[in-house]
Amino acid sequence: MSQRDAAHAAIRFGLGPRPGEVARAARDPRGWLAAQVADIPPVPDPVRAAAPEASAALEITFDQQRRQPEPNPVREAYRTSMAALAAHWVATDRPFLERWALFWTNHLTVSIRGGNTGALLADYHLAAIRPHVTGRFEALLLAAIRHPAMLRYLDNAISVGPGSIAGQRQRRGLNENLAREILELHTLSPAGGYAQADVTMLARIITGWSSGTPGPSPFVFRANAHEPGEKVLLGRVFAEGEAGGVAALRYLGTHPATYRFLAGKIARHFIADTPPEAAVAALTRTLSLTGGDLGAAAASVIGLETTWARPLAKLRTPSDVVIATVRALDAPLPPERLVGAFGALGQPLFTAPAPNGWPDTAEAWTGPEAIMRRIEWAGGVAARMPDPPDPRAVLADTLGPLADAATRRAVEGAESRREGLMVLLASPAFQRR
Amino acid sequence: MIARRSLLLGLSAAATLGGRAAFATTPGENRLVVIILRGALDGLAAVAPYGDAEYRSLRGPLAMPEPGQEGGALDLGGRFGLSPAMPRLAALYRSGEAAIVHAVAGPYRGRSHFDGQDWMESGAEQRLSGGWLNRAVIAAWPAEAAAPQGTNQGRSRKALVAGPAVPLLMKGPAHIANHAPRNLGRVPEDALRRLAALYAADTLLGPAVADARAGRAFADGALGPMHGPAANAAGDRAAFRSLALAAGRLLATADGPRVAALELGGFDTHAMQAQRLPGLLGTLDDAIAALREGLGPVWGRTAILAMTEFGRTVAANGTGGTDHGTGGVAFLAGGAVAGGKVAGTWPGLSPAALHEGRDLAPTTDLRAIAKALLAGQLGVSRASLDGAVFPASAAVTPMAGLRRG
Repeated sequence: MSQRDAAHAAIRFGLGPRPGEVARAARDPRGWLAAQVADIPPVPDPVRAAAPEASAALEITFDQQRRQPEPNPVREAYRTSMAALAAHWVATDRPFLERWALFWTNHLTVSIRGGNTGALLADYHLAAIRPHVTGRFEALLLAAIRHPAMLRYLDNAISVGPGSIAGQRQRRGLNENLAREILELHTLSPAGGYAQADVTMLARIITGWSSGTPGPSPFVFRANAHEPGEKVLLGRVFAEGEAGGVAALRYLGTHPATYRFLAGKIARHFIADTPPEAAVAALTRTLSLTGGDLGAAAASVIGLETTWARPLAKLRTPSDVVIATVRALDAPLPPERLVGAFGALGQPLFTAPAPNGWPDTAEAWTGPEAIMRRIEWAGGVAARMPDPPDPRAVLADTLGPLADAATRRAVEGAESRREGLMVLLASPAFQRR
Repeated sequence: MIARRSLLLGLSAAATLGGRAAFATTPGENRLVVIILRGALDGLAAVAPYGDAEYRSLRGPLAMPEPGQEGGALDLGGRFGLSPAMPRLAALYRSGEAAIVHAVAGPYRGRSHFDGQDWMESGAEQRLSGGWLNRAVIAAWPAEAAAPQGTNQGRSRKALVAGPAVPLLMKGPAHIANHAPRNLGRVPEDALRRLAALYAADTLLGPAVADARAGRAFADGALGPMHGPAANAAGDRAAFRSLALAAGRLLATADGPRVAALELGGFDTHAMQAQRLPGLLGTLDDAIAALREGLGPVWGRTAILAMTEFGRTVAANGTGGTDHGTGGVAFLAGGAVAGGKVAGTWPGLSPAALHEGRDLAPTTDLRAIAKALLAGQLGVSRASLDGAVFPASAAVTPMAGLRRG
C-alpha cells in the first residue's frame, strides 16, 4: 500500500517522480511530504544567481526602456532566470514544496505580458512568494503585492490619487487594476460580496505604492501620489499613508471569504476539478483556526482522505508534463530546449494570458491539437535522448504500481527502447497527477 | 551539398567536401556498414523458403507467391525467394555481391524487443554499456580511444553513426563521428497506433485525440498526396535513402570513417504485415543501393550487414501479422561479400524442427557472421573477437565463406 501511496505522493503532490524517489518516499509517504514543507531552504546558489534581485532587475528594466540595447537585456534576464528555475524544478528533492510555491505564484499571477516584467519574474517567485508559502497568507499577500513585478504588472506603480499633490498637478489619476484583482482574484473573490465602490476605495488606499527608479528599496511609497485622508472599505476605516494599505491588505488577507476562496482553489489543485465540499470545508476550517497559516493548510492537504483517492484524476498542465517528463528521464535538457518546451506545449513560463493565472481545470488543456502536441513532444524527447533508459524501468520509477495494465502492455510491447519511452511519456496515464 | 543540408559532428569540413582521392590499398582501408533493423524483421517474409514443403500451409495468407507469379518472390536459386520489394538487392545477389544468412539469431532466447536489441548491440548475453562495433573499432584502431573530443581536425573518426541518435551498438570507448539530417523525430505510426488504443479508452482525452487524428486525416485528404501518412512514409523512405547516401559518401572520403552504423525501425509487424512490410523492405533496398552509389569506387572493399534482434512466428496470427519469434534473417551486401548464396543451415519448417513449436529454429549465431566480417574487413584478431569484442564467446566460430578471397 505504501508503495502505491509513495507513487501517488510523488505524482499528485510532487512534480513527478525522479528515479528512486518513490522508493525513498515509500517508508512513510505522508511524512515524506510533510518534511518537505517543514522549512524552506533557499534555492541553490546558481539558481538564485541566475535570477537578478529586484533592484538589479529594475535597473535592467529601466536600462532597456531608456536605451533599447541589443540583445534585449530584459529578454536575456528572463531566459537565463527561467532556465535556472526550470532546472531547479527538475532537480529538486522537495517537489511538494516547489509545487506548493508554484501554486501560490499562479494564485498571485504576474505575467510577462504586462508591465515589462521579464527581468523581475524570477525574483518575484523566489523572493516574494516562495519564502512565504508556509507562513500566514496575509504576509504572502503583502510580499506579493509590494513586489515591483506585481506593482508594474497591474499598473499600480503609475496609479495616482486624484486628491494627491501629483494628482492635482498632473492629469494622471487613479488606476483600479491592482485593487480590483486583489479583491476579485487574490482575496475575497466575487463570492465575498464587494461592490465597485470597494474597488475604487482599495485603489485609493494603495495609491503611492510604486516600484520607483532603481535604488536600494525596490518598493517605494510615493507620498505625493497618495490619496489623502482616511478611507472606508467594507465598513472599516483605514488610515492615510502606507500603513493604511498594509492594514487593508491584512484585513483582506484574513477575511473569512478569502479563506473559503483559497480553500476551494487548493482543493481543486490537489483533489479534482470539482472538489468535494467536505474537503473545501476542512481546508477553510484550518485556515480560519490558524489565522491563514499556509503551512497548516499544506499539512491539512496531506491529511485529507480525498487527496489520496485513486485513480489520479487531475490532468497535468503542460508545465507539469514538461517537468515530470524530464524528471522521469533523469536527463537534463539543454536550457533553451527545456524553457522552449513549456511554450511548445502551450504554457510558456510566467506568461499567463490574464491575471487570473493558468487554468487549473482539465477542460482548458484538452484541445485536440494541444493533446497531439504533448504526444509529439514526448516523441521528440525520446527520439533525441542520447542514451534512452529501459522504458520498463522508467515505468516502474514513475507510474510504478499505479500503472494500469493497458499502459504497461503498450510500453512493454513497443518495438524499441525509444518507442517504449515515447508510448509511456505520451500515454494518457502520464498526463495525470 | 551534404554540409549545407546537414549537421556534421566530429567531421571536418575538409573531410566532407574533399574529393575522392586515390586510396592506397593498405589494410584499414576496407569499409564495414551495419544496419540495425529494429522491431524484429520477419525473415520468412523477407526471404521466403518457397521450396520448403511446410511453408505455404504454415504461412497461410502471408505466403509469398512463387517466382514468376504476379507479386511473386524474386528467385534466389530454387529454394528461397526474396521479397519483390527488394529488386536491387536481388540484382546484387545475381551479380555475386549480396548474400543471405537464414535462421539467424544471437544468444537471446526471450521475446522482449528491449532485451533482444540490448543483447544484439552489446554483443553479449546481457546489456553492456557499449556495443560490439565500437569495441571492434578499438581493436582495429586502438588510437581511436585516445584522441579526446575536438582533436580530430583534418580527418574523421574511424567510426560513423548516420542518424539522429547513437545506438548502443556504437557506444563505447572509441570516439565516433555523427552525421544527422535535421528534422527527424516525428512519432512513428506504430507508436501512434499504440497510443491511439490507450487514448480510445480515456473518456477525457480520448475524444481530443480522436478529433485530432480525424482532423489531420481530413486535411491529408483535402490537401492531397503531399500530406498524410502515405507522404510521411514516402518521406521517411527518402530520408533514410539520403542518410545512407551520405554515409556512403563519407565512408568513401579519403580521411573519412571506415565503419558506419545506421538504424531503421518499424519492423514489429503484429498486424497488416502485408501492407506495412514491403515499404520497410523497400526502404532497406533503397538504402543499400544508395550506400553503393555513395561508396562508388570503394564499394569493392565494402561489406554491409543488416541485422535484427530476432525473427517472428512462422504462422500468421489473427490480425494479418506475425508475433515475436526466434530465428530470423541477416542480409549481406558489398563488393567484399562472397555473394550469390543463401548461407547457413536451413532447419526446415516441419513441426519437430520448429523452436518451441512456433518459431524458425536458429542455426547460425549472429555473432559468427559479425566475427567473420570484423576479422576479414577490419583485421580484428580472433583473440579480440572472442574476448573484448564479444565477451566469453570463444565457442562461436567466425562463419566461413562470407567474404571474397
